[in-house]
Amino acid sequence: MSKAPALIQLEAVSKRFVKPLDLAGKIANMMGANNRSITVHAVDRVTFDLEEGEIVGLVGESGCGKSTVGRLVAGIHEPSDGRVLWHGADVASLPSEAQKAYTLGVQMIFQDPMASLNPRMRAGDIIGEAPVVHGLVARADRDDAVAAALARVGLDSSYARRYPHQFSGGQRARIGIARALAVNPKVLVCDESVAALDVSIQAQVLNLFMDLRESLDLTYLFISHDLGVVRHIASRVVIMYLGRIVETASTQALFESPAHPYTRALLDNVPRLDARNRRFTPIHGEIPSPINPPAGCHFHPRCPLAGPRCAAEAPVLAQAAHGGTVACHIGTPEGTG
Amino acid sequence: MAAPVLEVEGLKTHFFTRSGVVKAVDGVSLKLNEGEILGLVGESGSGKSVTGFSILGLIDPPGRVVEGTIRFGGRNIAGLPDEEARRIRGKDLAMIFQDPMMTLNPVLKISTQMIETVQAHEAVSHAAARARAAEALAMVGIPSPEERLDAYPHQFSGGMRQRVAIAIALLHRPRVIIADEPTTALDVTIQSQILAKVQELARDTGTALIWITHDLTVIAGLAQRVAVMYGGRIVEEGPIDAVLDDPRHPYTRGLIGSVPSLGKRGERLAQISGAAPSLANLPPGCAFAPRCTVAIERCRTTRPELSATGGTRAACHVAAAEALS
Repeated sequence: MSKAPALIQLEAVSKRFVKPLDLAGKIANMMGANNRSITVHAVDRVTFDLEEGEIVGLVGESGCGKSTVGRLVAGIHEPSDGRVLWHGADVASLPSEAQKAYTLGVQMIFQDPMASLNPRMRAGDIIGEAPVVHGLVARADRDDAVAAALARVGLDSSYARRYPHQFSGGQRARIGIARALAVNPKVLVCDESVAALDVSIQAQVLNLFMDLRESLDLTYLFISHDLGVVRHIASRVVIMYLGRIVETASTQALFESPAHPYTRALLDNVPRLDARNRRFTPIHGEIPSPINPPAGCHFHPRCPLAGPRCAAEAPVLAQAAHGGTVACHIGTPEGTG
Repeated sequence: MAAPVLEVEGLKTHFFTRSGVVKAVDGVSLKLNEGEILGLVGESGSGKSVTGFSILGLIDPPGRVVEGTIRFGGRNIAGLPDEEARRIRGKDLAMIFQDPMMTLNPVLKISTQMIETVQAHEAVSHAAARARAAEALAMVGIPSPEERLDAYPHQFSGGMRQRVAIAIALLHRPRVIIADEPTTALDVTIQSQILAKVQELARDTGTALIWITHDLTVIAGLAQRVAVMYGGRIVEEGPIDAVLDDPRHPYTRGLIGSVPSLGKRGERLAQISGAAPSLANLPPGCAFAPRCTVAIERCRTTRPELSATGGTRAACHVAAAEALS
């Protein structure tokens, strides 16, 4: 098949964060203590593609590594293992021209706009800085570019003179989006970008995301813990648990016939408007620490179906009946043990 | 029908700031029956949390309950002197906060804090108080409660900490618990563990709950009745099914339309344009009128009161006219 490579591909990407021993620990070791550096396996051999024009929802609970994956895609973190490909080429060895196209082409929108907007810069400077620095806009045209960027996210151009604290939460989210769009990106990585907003404002921003995608041909990696939001906006969903992908599928297939027990548990536990006075049937147990994840399948201590093989051997992603992939011994035919 | 355990009438809590009077709660009335879970829903700045704090007498200057009665246990507890309020608070009337670290002292063991809570209201021995504490921890589903009593708050995960906070609220078998967004910061699977526990407790102990949240979907699964707040007032109130299936107030309709759900996939959400008004400068008529798509002239001049409209009670001139015709 001579298909063009996907816009972004992750190939068995891992990211480990290591907290080295401090001086006291080293001295204690000289005297016979047994302190070791702490390694967090934030992301463990994650593979997926982001096709042009697609909205991929990346879902998981705290500590599952979804934000780290977003940062790997956006080039903020470098992978410890594996490769991130941009138009089929490894971003670690791109020629400088292509490197720039990649860094500008993938922009990130963060959860908390108050923490990601410099409180001492005016909105116009926040939005206008990057395109001028990267030579996309001449300094003389900056104000026009800022006005256009503000108009695109539904804000008045007079807002360019204001500071971040003078905006409401929803407006700040829009400023964050305008800043990301100012360098004409191809891909937006939205990390819980609507999580902190009130429902009615969240709906406004979600509508804005969908309008922008149509008018600017954008591709989204939409990271969220909120399955309702993801079901609404995404065309494909990737579910992560403790650093690994456990299931991928088209949105429809995933919500209609989830294959992984964790996905099923998540779907069962999502509060919904149409489920009244329900009996909540939670899965037991806590999310384990990524410093010391359980052996085998990370989910097995909480899984109602887990067998002996699940504790011993980590399942790999394999083709699933719904057309996507799933990493589960129970769900795959050869793993009924 | 039995008398409600808690009855709030015309509650007004205002904050007197340098830049004017902020009318955070401006005429709220609600009733709570035994064993009932009432959802109090609203967005940021709607006054839902201040309503909860007012009931507990937790309003600090420059804020003050300026009007209204709060009938609890046969008497009015609004504006009770601190000393007397303390006798009720934590005993018959308890609160669970969004952030359990607000309830828990980080430098004291769980046991110290729980025993102190027991002994603050009852003259019991240390050993008896400790047994009560362990019992409460077991009730909220904390494994090996005896050992966990000697742990510090930071040794618990977020979900477990919230369970401890709930256990503390339960120590005196309160008649009413006011819960302010207690599961908002938790993951879905943990949230549902807590909700399951809360449902069970309300059923088994007859404790009534006011569950304050911005999340209609949580309320849908948990509450029997729901009150929707906007701009410091209740704009619609009724049984959960009536409010969610046949809302009469345009704000409630907008709120439900804003929730991404089945059947709306990929479509534009029915958003409410504009943003919530500042509580320091509310419009003279209906607070929602500037954002409302069906507002008539009267909405801008006269404040609507709650009136029966179909299965719910809504504060809306348009809905009231519809109900009459």
